[in-house]
Amino acid sequence: MSHEFEPRIVVLCCNWCTYAGADLAGTSRMKYAPNVRLVRVMCSGRVDPSFVLRAFQDGADGVLIAGCHPGDCHYINGNLKTLRRYPALETLIAQFGIEPDRMRLEWISAAEGDVFVHVVNEMTEQVRALGPLDWKRRTAMTVPAAESHTAG
Amino acid sequence: MEPRIGVFVCHCGTNIAGVVDVRRVAEAAAAWPDVVYATEYKFMCSDPGQGMVKDAIVKHNLTRVVVAACSPRMHEPTFRKACAMAGLNPYLFEMANIREHCSWVHEDKEAATLKAIDIVRTSVAKARLLEPLQARVVSVTPKVLVVGGGVAGIQAALDIANAGTKVVLVERSQSIGGHMAQLDKTFPTLDCSACILTPKMVQVAQHPNIDLMTWSEVESVEGFVGNFKVKIRRKARYVDEATCTSCGVCLEKCPKKVPSEFDEGMMTRKSIFRSFPQAVPGKPVIDKESCTYFKNGKCKICEIFCEPKAIRWDDEDRVVEESVGAIIVATGMGLIDPHGLGQWGYGRFPNVLTGLEFERLNNATGPTGGRITCKDGSTPKSVAILHCVGSRDRNHKEYCSRVCCMYALKFAHLIKEKTHATVYNFYIDMRCFGKGYEEFYNRLLHEGVKFIRGKAAYVTNQALTDEETGHLVVSAESTTLGQVLRVPVDMVILASAVAPQKDAEAVARLFGMGRSPDGFFMEKHPKLEPFSTATDGVYLAGSCQSPKDIPDTVAHGAAAASTAMSLISRGTVEVEAAVAEVLTDSCSGCKICQDVCPYGALSFHADTRVAEINGSVCKGCGTCVATCPSGAIVGRHFNDRQILAQIDAAFLW
Ligand code: FES
Repeated sequence: MSHEFEPRIVVLCCNWCTYAGADLAGTSRMKYAPNVRLVRVMCSGRVDPSFVLRAFQDGADGVLIAGCHPGDCHYINGNLKTLRRYPALETLIAQFGIEPDRMRLEWISAAEGDVFVHVVNEMTEQVRALGPLDWKRRTAMTVPAAESHTAG
Repeated sequence: MEPRIGVFVCHCGTNIAGVVDVRRVAEAAAAWPDVVYATEYKFMCSDPGQGMVKDAIVKHNLTRVVVAACSPRMHEPTFRKACAMAGLNPYLFEMANIREHCSWVHEDKEAATLKAIDIVRTSVAKARLLEPLQARVVSVTPKVLVVGGGVAGIQAALDIANAGTKVVLVERSQSIGGHMAQLDKTFPTLDCSACILTPKMVQVAQHPNIDLMTWSEVESVEGFVGNFKVKIRRKARYVDEATCTSCGVCLEKCPKKVPSEFDEGMMTRKSIFRSFPQAVPGKPVIDKESCTYFKNGKCKICEIFCEPKAIRWDDEDRVVEESVGAIIVATGMGLIDPHGLGQWGYGRFPNVLTGLEFERLNNATGPTGGRITCKDGSTPKSVAILHCVGSRDRNHKEYCSRVCCMYALKFAHLIKEKTHATVYNFYIDMRCFGKGYEEFYNRLLHEGVKFIRGKAAYVTNQALTDEETGHLVVSAESTTLGQVLRVPVDMVILASAVAPQKDAEAVARLFGMGRSPDGFFMEKHPKLEPFSTATDGVYLAGSCQSPKDIPDTVAHGAAAASTAMSLISRGTVEVEAAVAEVLTDSCSGCKICQDVCPYGALSFHADTRVAEINGSVCKGCGTCVATCPSGAIVGRHFNDRQILAQIDAAFLW
């Protein structure tokens, strides 16, 4: 099994709910797949679409955006802005030929350590099944266009 | 100047070092660009650990510090302070979470070590680009809002008021007192609940530092720690408080009867009412929903008999605004709806009561004047008390409600004392953990109360034997006898589960709090800060946080009060420096940022024709930063370059 493809997943998560939920999974000593790396922002509303593209461009096989449940955002409704932005982001990655299952938007509260574990494990398997994204090769033609997106 | 980064990897005893090869992490870090110093140590948060950071800042001339240890939610403030003490701007510190997010969640040591290295690399990448920031200091409004007038809120309000600080105590019902006022006796001392509570209620009403607002609800909360603006809806009372003498004639004369909330619907009250005789305040209110005059324009009997002429039909709801520095949420608990517990017969058999209904039945001001009787007026010869109804039950509430074992013992004692009935307790485990509780249990064992170790499966009126005929039958498996029992009784009391208040979700949102999986409000730290929330300046008191008995509730109220007071006495508080900033040169004046800001911190400057940000209103969520199509807003401490650098460093791609 050691040769099995290990997906690399970047998690863009908010400080107040999902990051704390991941902390709770830790304090509760739950176990999950070691395939995720978290990048903490204060609110999921801070997640710029260019962050997602940059992760794929760097070589990520999957990107998870996670924040507080609608209505529970620490900043009232930043997550609703994310929710509104998300369909555009879905269209965008589809245009780059990235399978929709490689990106997920999840609401995980500070109390939902178990949900965090479940989402990470499920997404790891989901992306594992898709195989490596290999963005650089697949989108060799479109990389310059992507770079202009990440200029911000 | 190139940054000079120091990396400190914590063992956290074996918490991290037991899974992650910390030496390897430090060695890896030492090889990265700009890292001029990397080491590992047993406990970074200890005094010597913090000392190492301070010494290294001076000795190696560090301009950035990364500590790889636990969650920043735990120790970021500790290390920021250590950096500041060594003369380094605290915002030049970054924490790498290799405990909660790594060693505690992985078993494979190799994978965990590689992940830890990635996590530290990600933090170093951000650290490299950090910029110094100045925390802003704002003053704290010396006033506290306490929401909820149960014993937790009463205790908190009195403690703060006695410390010389003004308190606004908001209670939505007519009187303060909460659930404790409904109880007859308290366990294990058998003190009369009202006798110990009412003096405290009166103190609240008379305290010069407490502004008591009953029949009122918090409508909105704005602002931040030290500087909240709260809108409170003061519902129309239709009785002028200054004129009313509390004579009570209106209460007798009002012809309209409705079920009394205070008496759990077992008695009636009038449309003009006070919740109970010792209510504080004692001046009644008119409940518009049921009042005949408000329904069909006729009646006004209360007005006719009111000698001091205190009735005001034109009274209206008023919304008042208060500025407070801290908020204590003490909104209390609810009970599980027993109608959903059909197998125990509630709602089907009149002699099946909830615990709170029994409290009222047993109370001298209750429906029977304190006589314990069945619905037909007869004295029960046998009573069953069913523990854990809805508690410790995956189908309902998984948690233990914490008060039921003890009040079941109290009931058993009172029933025996008043009626000499045979009392059966059907229990799973007896949980008598408080001061004097186990002793009380022992006393009851000697009083001849029967204890059957087994949860009651159901209550029925279908008799199988002559002995059962005409009785309620409780069926349970006694796990000590290994036998299914059927016990005929005259009355059944359900120790039904404590639950979050029905509107807990809306209240959590109002005050920006989270909720735990059980639905109660979530504390900042389950062990060390059970009275704080994730929102600075908002504290918790009492059973809104988890089920609690009276001593724990009172202690929690006092703890919340002292935490709020330490903020108030300090007088100032540091607020977030990591806010957004507009780069005026890049701004095109499109105003999109204005629409997304949840706080209205962004405005359009008419002269310069660019966006302008009010730094004291901005909370630093970064939504505008992500939205600005021109990249003209920078999110301090979480700017695009920093975040992109983190993404780039997240894996060895
Ligand atoms: S703070 Fe979590 S989504 Fe806004």
